[in-house]
Amino acid sequence: MDNTKRYERLRERYLNGDLDRRKFLGLIGAAGLAYGVQTPFARHAMAATEEVRFDGWGGVVSEAFRKYAFDPYTKKTGIKVVDGTFGGGDEYLSRVKASQEGEYNIAHLSGVFDYARYVNLGLNSTLNEDNIPNLKYVIPKLTDVFRSVTDGKLSCVPYDYGTTGIAYNRKYISDDEAKEKGAKLLIDAAYKGKIGAWSDWRTRVWYGSLQTGQDPNDATDMDAVWQAVRTNRDLLLKYWQSGAELMSLLAEEEIYVTEGWSGRIYALQEQGHDIGYIDPPNGFGWQECLFVIKGSPMEACEELLNFMLAPETSIAVAEGQNYPPALDPKKVDLGKKIPTLPAFDPTGTLDGLTFANPEYWNSHEQAWSKMFGRIQKGY
Amino acid sequence: MSVEAREKRQPWILLSPALTAVGLLLFIPLVFIVVYSFWLRTATGADQAGFYLDNWNEALTDPFYRDILLGTLRIAAITTIACAVMGYPAAYFIARSRGNKALLLLLLMLPFWISYIIRTMSWINILGVSGAVNWVLLNLGIVSEPVQMLYNEPTVILGLVHFLLPFMVLNVYVALEGIDVSLEDAACSLGSTRWQAFREVTLPLSLPGLAAGGLLCFVLSAGTYITPLVLGGPTDAMFANLVFEAIITQLNWPLGSALSLMLLAVLGALVLIYNHYLGMGQLMKGLG
Repeated sequence: MDNTKRYERLRERYLNGDLDRRKFLGLIGAAGLAYGVQTPFARHAMAATEEVRFDGWGGVVSEAFRKYAFDPYTKKTGIKVVDGTFGGGDEYLSRVKASQEGEYNIAHLSGVFDYARYVNLGLNSTLNEDNIPNLKYVIPKLTDVFRSVTDGKLSCVPYDYGTTGIAYNRKYISDDEAKEKGAKLLIDAAYKGKIGAWSDWRTRVWYGSLQTGQDPNDATDMDAVWQAVRTNRDLLLKYWQSGAELMSLLAEEEIYVTEGWSGRIYALQEQGHDIGYIDPPNGFGWQECLFVIKGSPMEACEELLNFMLAPETSIAVAEGQNYPPALDPKKVDLGKKIPTLPAFDPTGTLDGLTFANPEYWNSHEQAWSKMFGRIQKGY
Repeated sequence: MSVEAREKRQPWILLSPALTAVGLLLFIPLVFIVVYSFWLRTATGADQAGFYLDNWNEALTDPFYRDILLGTLRIAAITTIACAVMGYPAAYFIARSRGNKALLLLLLMLPFWISYIIRTMSWINILGVSGAVNWVLLNLGIVSEPVQMLYNEPTVILGLVHFLLPFMVLNVYVALEGIDVSLEDAACSLGSTRWQAFREVTLPLSLPGLAAGGLLCFVLSAGTYITPLVLGGPTDAMFANLVFEAIITQLNWPLGSALSLMLLAVLGALVLIYNHYLGMGQLMKGLG
C-alpha cells in the first residue's frame, strides 16, 4: 500500500467520525515524521541500485558488451554499469569469495560446472523470471541444465555458447593435417616448442581424454590422461593465461597450434590472420551465462539481464564477441553473421556439442586441479 | 603532566599513525593468514574452520614444495648476483661522476614510472619471434629463421634483473656516497695502485650497501610470481606461483596460507641473519 492510499483512508475514517480531530492530526504528524525519517534512507537505498557491477572476460568480449549493451542500457535506464574483467573463472571466484556481499553483482560465467560451484558456495540468488520476459527467446536446453542444479529456479540467464577447439596457423599446418590428427595435433612432437595450451586444468584433462581415446565426461584411465598432459607439457612453448595472450601468441607466430576459444579465433581470422579452427570429435563445448551473485540489487540486475537478452542487443553483442547467442534460432532471426560463427547450431538443439557434465567435473575438481598444478611445473 | 612524561609520550604519538597502519594492514591480516593455515578446504571449495595440521604437514613434508622452494631460492640467488655484478659498476660510476649526478639518478629512477607488468611484457617485443632482436638478426642475415629466446629460465632471470637492478644500484650508490673519496687518494699516495685502493678500501667500506641491495633483490625476486608467469616456460614456476595457484585456481586458501607463511618464514630468517650481522640501518639508508 502506498502513502497516498494510507492518507486517503485516514481522512475517510476522520470524515466518517471514526477518529477524533486530535487523533487524526496526531496520526498525520506521526506519518509525516516517519516519512521524513524514512525518505532520506530510502533515497540512499534507491541510489545504491543505480549502479550495477558486471565482470567479464575482457578484450573484444568486454568491448562488445560496453558498446552494444551497457551504454545503451545506461542511456535508457540511468543505471550505470561498472564493468570489470577477469582472466579466468577460478580467479574470479576467489575474488568473489573474498568480497563483501553485494560488491560483485553480475558475472559472465563459463560452464554449468561454474554455476554449480557458485551454488555450492551459497553465492547464488533467485531470479524473478517475470522481470525477464526476454528469457522466452532462449534455447530451452540451455536453461534446463541450470534449473536442474537449483531446484527448477534460476540464478542466471544463458547468454552465449562456443567451443574450445584446435586453432592452427595454416602457414605451417594444413587443414587436412589438422583434421586428420585432431586433438593429437597438440601432442605432435613435430611441433615441439611451437605448441601452446591453456593453463586450465579442465581443458587439459578434457584434451588428455580425447588424446587417449576416452570419453571426456567419463575417463576411466586417468593415468593415461595425465601422461598425455605431461607429453603436451613437454612440447609446449608456454601455457597461456588469458584470451589476449592466446591471440598474441598465435598472431605473432610464437606458436603454430594450440587449443583456443572459438570466438577469439574468429576475431583473429577477421583481423586477417590465416588461422584455421576445428572442433575435434567430442570437442569441448560450453555455454556462458550471466550469473547474479547473492546480495545484488535484484530488480536492477534483472532489468539489465532482460535488456541484454533483447534480440537486438543479444545479436549485436554476439556479433561483436563472435560467440553465438543463447537465443533460439527457431524463435529469433539471428541475421547474417551469426550463422557463420564457429560452433553455431542452426537447429537450436545443440545436439552436436559435447558439454561438460557438472557432477563429473566438480566431483574431481579438488584432486585434478592439484594434480595438474604439479604436472604443469614438471612433475 | 611533567616535561619528562610528555617527552616520553611524544615519539609514540608521532609513531601512532604508522603503527596503526602497520597493525591494521600488516599484523592483523597476518594473524588471519596464520589462523587460515590451520583450517581445511572442503570438497565444495568452502573453508572448514578448526585446528588441523594437514596443510602444514603437506607443505613441510611434500618434496614438491621443497623442490620448488629450493628452485626459487636458486633463481633469487642468481638474480641477486647478476644485479650485484651489473649494479656495482653503475653505482660507482654515478657516485664518482661530477656534474651530471642528478641526471643519472633521474635516469635510474625512470623505470619506476612505468608499471612493472608493462616493463616485464616489453621483453616480448624485444626478444619475441617477431621482436626487435630477431628482426635485426634476420635483416642482417645472421639467422635464417627467428630464434626462440623467450619463455625459459634465463628470460625469467632477465626480467627479474630488469626489475630489481635499480634497487641494487641505489643501495650501493648510497654506501659509496658515504665514503670519503680522499681515502682512495691516501691509499694511492701510500703506494697502492688504483685497483688495490678500490679493493682494499672502497669495496670493504661499501659492502654494507651491497649487502642491503642484495637482501632487497633476493627477497623481492623470491616473492615474485608475475615474471615467471609472463616470461617463463611451462616449468619455470616459482614458489609464489604455488601460493597463487592454491588460493586462486584451487580455491584452497588454507593451504595457500600455509605456503605463504612458509615463504615468509624462509625470507624472514634471511632478514634476521642480515640484521644480526649488518643491522637494518644500512637497508633503511638505501630505501630512503
